Amino acid sequence: MSEKKTELKLASRLESVEKAAVEAAKFAEVNDFGEDVKSAVDMAVREAVANAVKHGNKLDETKQVEITFENRGEAFEITVRDFGEGFAVEEVPDPTDPENLLKANGRGILFMRSFMDEVEWFNHAQGGMMVKMLKKR
Amino acid sequence: MAELNISERQAGDITILDMDGKVTIGEGSVALRTTIRRLLGEGKKKILLNLGRVGYVDSSGIGELVSSFTAVNKEDGSLKLLNLTQKIQDLLAITKLLTVFDVYENEGEALSSYK
Repeated sequence: MSEKKTELKLASRLESVEKAAVEAAKFAEVNDFGEDVKSAVDMAVREAVANAVKHGNKLDETKQVEITFENRGEAFEITVRDFGEGFAVEEVPDPTDPENLLKANGRGILFMRSFMDEVEWFNHAQGGMMVKMLKKR
Repeated sequence: MAELNISERQAGDITILDMDGKVTIGEGSVALRTTIRRLLGEGKKKILLNLGRVGYVDSSGIGELVSSFTAVNKEDGSLKLLNLTQKIQDLLAITKLLTVFDVYENEGEALSSYK
């Protein structure tokens, strides 16, 4: 049976990345999303939650990561919110720039943008940073 | 079961790491880092990563491959990749890292390339 929306609140631990991905896969399954959507959502959820846990909440277990999955009919919508200080996405260095190619970090945002149809970041009105992503069927 | 199992083979002075599992944030990335550091500590600087059984890599795992590559280069060694799945190849293309790594589909060719 399909469901319209799921909300999760997870601790700021690396294990939450896997938990969020498992829940996203279940949500995609019950809402009959295809393999392309499942694969893109899996990648995007893992990257977004890893960013929220590590860079947003800085592994502070007193802060949660709030996640929603929503069936928008023609698209799978994901939001991931942290309670960190936020960042300016336009200031994140381009990892494909030759001078950044050999850096160990900084490719998560590129992956989210590559696999999802729409990705936007904004400062949440009640604090923290939220990323909203959409993958069309 | 561990996220990533790494078994080690030797072909002359080349160490082949057969990797099976996921190279992702946390355990998988740490397992790779620990193995590479140990090999460099043992003076093994020619390393071939067989990724044929690696089903999943995230941005952290890609970062770990890059870190391994730079760590081995720093020791005047050489780290190359073997048997990329389509998914990993796509990720390396998106990140423009296919231009950085030496990639092989055939183990014999990969081993010959070290000579």
